[in-house]
Amino acid sequence: MSDVQKTGAEKATTGTGSAGGADKFLSVRDLRIHFDTDDGLVKSVDGVSFDLQAGRTLGIVGESGSGKSVTSLGVMGLHNSERARISGEIWLDGEELIGAGPERVRELRGQKMAMIFQDPLSALHPYYSIGAQIVEAYRVHNAVDKKTAKKRAVEMLDRVGIPEPARRYDDYPHQFSGGMRQRAMIAMALVNNPQLLIADEPTTALDVTVQAQILDLIRDLQKEFHSAVVIITHDLGVVAEIADELLVMYAGRCIERGTAEKVFYQPQHPYTWGLLGSMPRIDREQTDRLVPVKGTPPSLINVPSGCAFHPRCPYADIPEDNITRTERPELRQVTDGHFSACHMSPAQREQIWTEEIAPKL
Amino acid sequence: MTDPSKKIPEQGAGQGPDGSGPEPLLKVTGLAKHFPITKGVLKRKVGAVKAVDGLSFDVRPGETLGVVGESGCGKSTMGRLITRLLEPTGGKVEFEGRDITHLSAGALRPMRRDVQMIFQDPYGSLNPRHTIGGIVSTPFKLQGIQPEGGVKKEVQRLLELVGLSPEHYNRYPHEFSGGQRQRIGIARALALNPKLVVADEPVSALDVSIQAQVVNLLDDLQEELGLTYVIIAHDLSVIRHVSDRIAVMYLGKIVELADRASLYASPKHPYTKALLSAVPVPDPSRRGAKSDRILLKGDVPSPINPPSGCRFHTRCWKATEICRTTEPPLIQLAPGHQAACHHPENAADQRPQDTVSVASRETIELADVSGAGTETPAEGGASPEAGSAE
Amino acid sequence: MAAYIIRRVFAAVLLLLVVSAVTFAIFFLVPRLGGQTTDSLAAQYIGKSPTPDAIAAVKKNLGLDQPLYLQYWDFIKSIVVGAEYNFGPNPSVCHVPCFGYSFKTHVEIWPQILERVPVTLSLAVGAAVLWVLSGVAIGVLSALKRGSIFDRLAMGVALAGVSLPMFFTGLVSLALFSFHWTIWDDLHFVPFTENPGEWAWNLILPWCTLAFLYSALYARLTRAGMLETMGEDYIRTARAKGLRESKVVVKHGLRAALTPLVTIFGMDFALLLGGAVITENVFSFQGMGAYAILGVKQSDLPIVMGVTLVAAFFIVVCNLLVDLVYAAIDPRVRLS
Repeated sequence: MSDVQKTGAEKATTGTGSAGGADKFLSVRDLRIHFDTDDGLVKSVDGVSFDLQAGRTLGIVGESGSGKSVTSLGVMGLHNSERARISGEIWLDGEELIGAGPERVRELRGQKMAMIFQDPLSALHPYYSIGAQIVEAYRVHNAVDKKTAKKRAVEMLDRVGIPEPARRYDDYPHQFSGGMRQRAMIAMALVNNPQLLIADEPTTALDVTVQAQILDLIRDLQKEFHSAVVIITHDLGVVAEIADELLVMYAGRCIERGTAEKVFYQPQHPYTWGLLGSMPRIDREQTDRLVPVKGTPPSLINVPSGCAFHPRCPYADIPEDNITRTERPELRQVTDGHFSACHMSPAQREQIWTEEIAPKL
Repeated sequence: MTDPSKKIPEQGAGQGPDGSGPEPLLKVTGLAKHFPITKGVLKRKVGAVKAVDGLSFDVRPGETLGVVGESGCGKSTMGRLITRLLEPTGGKVEFEGRDITHLSAGALRPMRRDVQMIFQDPYGSLNPRHTIGGIVSTPFKLQGIQPEGGVKKEVQRLLELVGLSPEHYNRYPHEFSGGQRQRIGIARALALNPKLVVADEPVSALDVSIQAQVVNLLDDLQEELGLTYVIIAHDLSVIRHVSDRIAVMYLGKIVELADRASLYASPKHPYTKALLSAVPVPDPSRRGAKSDRILLKGDVPSPINPPSGCRFHTRCWKATEICRTTEPPLIQLAPGHQAACHHPENAADQRPQDTVSVASRETIELADVSGAGTETPAEGGASPEAGSAE
Repeated sequence: MAAYIIRRVFAAVLLLLVVSAVTFAIFFLVPRLGGQTTDSLAAQYIGKSPTPDAIAAVKKNLGLDQPLYLQYWDFIKSIVVGAEYNFGPNPSVCHVPCFGYSFKTHVEIWPQILERVPVTLSLAVGAAVLWVLSGVAIGVLSALKRGSIFDRLAMGVALAGVSLPMFFTGLVSLALFSFHWTIWDDLHFVPFTENPGEWAWNLILPWCTLAFLYSALYARLTRAGMLETMGEDYIRTARAKGLRESKVVVKHGLRAALTPLVTIFGMDFALLLGGAVITENVFSFQGMGAYAILGVKQSDLPIVMGVTLVAAFFIVVCNLLVDLVYAAIDPRVRLS
């Protein structure tokens, strides 16, 4: 009930009520994706909004179960409509997708928006050659003969840096190395020149040196095609490398959003602080101890009352009247384009950040 | 920021230049493991995966040796060899001065008490049908040990030690989160009061916020129980955080072995340097700044047919003719810092006369050579006897 | 790939030899342990009122007096190169492959088997086509509409199909369609070469009976397989490409889901070729299964041996085919 009422409030605070203007290529408004399970209603995504312009990269960060992948699959329309309850609005280049028919979304999928996945070995079909799979992706949306499609596939394999593309065309996924497979996956996703590319943990299964290559490739391709990129990851290092804007998710909600600089240099949410304190950093002096977030991520069936992070938050008692336990904090603008969902006042946060957190990082 | 001078905590008591210091707890010499490959109608042996191919290192009591490398470098196989879950094809493993290289399962039994392993996958390594109490008490049963005060009490003490509640005794693994499961794995490993704990990717399956909890736990336990760790991981940031000394592996070989500070401050092997520069840093101001990034081209070659000479020469921007023909030995280039390279970074070139090999250079794509290139005294027209310099 | 095939063929031949040896041992060695002598074996061959002379002659002529391994060697040799029997009133040549003569009727075994193979083959092929088509179709639909009324109904019927023994369904269908409604009042086998229409018409009932059991099984297997593959990452990839759902299901889902079914189908089909014992009996068709029963009932060892070996041959060949098909559909098998 109250969720519906809050929708309006959130829209007001984020300041973008309707489909974005021409500059917002992708605009997600109050997206909710819930699943009915035997154990109860799983609120995987519970009111997420963001905008993305062409040529920009948005990083969605969160831990397992935070809803980051579910959000991206929702944008692609890849949830089973019988099992997922989806509400909200997704505007892609001026076209609303949740209300659009599944056939229309299918037409857009792979053409205007494409996706690459975490583990390219399981995401590619083991029985079809790499070339055949790329050709298939091309011919869904282009009425061309096999020869033209093959030419295009070889061209794409070449573009993503696969040596001897014409020869590797007939190879099967298991004959490729991990890095090459991810390149092939990217080639397949980009074969129709999509304007939106969603990458779900694209480098998690890869070695660091290969990860660097793949991130570099995504960056180059984005520059070349001026596409909008959404990158989903748990690795703050990867987002810092590639994202212009950041969205931090916790328990199905966005708890902080802003430019990468703002979120990394003046993070406004205790969970973001926790993430930054948890990771050992190679670019800083050696610290004695890491500062972990206590406890474990919550169940999405029984999301804690009030602020979902309060059971793990060291500062949960700072706001008065026990409000962290009773009222869910709204996403509020802190500075221009920087939003945070925390009950503490900006001054309190500022003080904790500069005095307690930043020195330990 | 912490004071860099206290970089090595008390546990690093055995720290010191090579050769000095106390008896090593574990001494590995020329360790090798080759897995045969068979082919054809008669399954004849046509080759071998040289997963581990000649490793030598010591682990001193109380220290943490970190082992890093990319997939296929043989680090996990190494872990299984030193715990003798696998039998080496060559070389020698000595634990507390005793040769355990080819001991039979029965003869290994006493040693199993002192050497324990923690695995990556907290789901796969716990039997879902056993209670936590059953899992953690297994080592007592296997070794036929009756701890003081009874098994149950001891198990509950262990559970508390790793930050779980003693009431978890009768629960099943599926009731726990990934981080808690890893704690259970640690409790099991600690049951018999081991001297050496080998942890294979102990935190890589965990969420970031949980990783830090487990890393801190391992730290605390080491201090409390005086444990010696060998921690195997692919994450260079984690390895830096937990290790006193670090071995960098590439294709079954150690290419660099050094104290932590020395390794990260001045890596000697080009591979280490490339690896370090590839680590994504959570600092957006460095985004797109490619100046200090070395982008290696291609993947790690197959360990079935590793490159001749220095195994890294096919991807190395400094490779010369000699790198293709002669394998560089792992030698000390600075106190407590060994590397196997003909043309090391941050140290004197071992083969200054050797010319840069053009062929291998084409296989490298450098994002920017400003960092790497200037240090290379790439003298053109070196004498033909370059390879003989030693 | 060539090495793979050669290795598989080699293994298949070896397997056949082992099977023949084991079968031979079971039929000629085990009875001896039970007290049967070569004399009684020879007496069986002669039939009524054997005289000691006749027994001795038969023993010599059939080689029963030789050591067992030599007998086995002769047995294998006669299969491969044939045998000549130069004794008795009319010397005969037993053509390749020679499985010997029936103890009871003294008729050559192989032509008998050849006569019956078409019956069993017709039964098996027709039923297989039916059950694969219906089983897979029902399984796929059930998987796609998991939890729906169709799914529950289909799986309920499938459970019944798996649980009901074939002689029961066979007899019930016979009682209904042959005796009660007399649609098929004179069921008998008509060779395909003689009259394809009659052939098919007479086989409909046995086909359906056989297919009912198997299609129930296959529907359940297909459903389970589809549920699993439709959850795979590559299915999500296929959808992300914008493929139509029908193509996702058939080209990406079904192909992978059917792979394990190939193995099971190979086994089931091969077993049927060795004789659809119950079906043939229920419908009184003279196939391999009926022949085997005949041999067992009359303790006519050469018949049992012959049928067993031919059945084993079918199983080994089908297994080989399964392996090859596997290699053809799954590139990972082909290349490893």
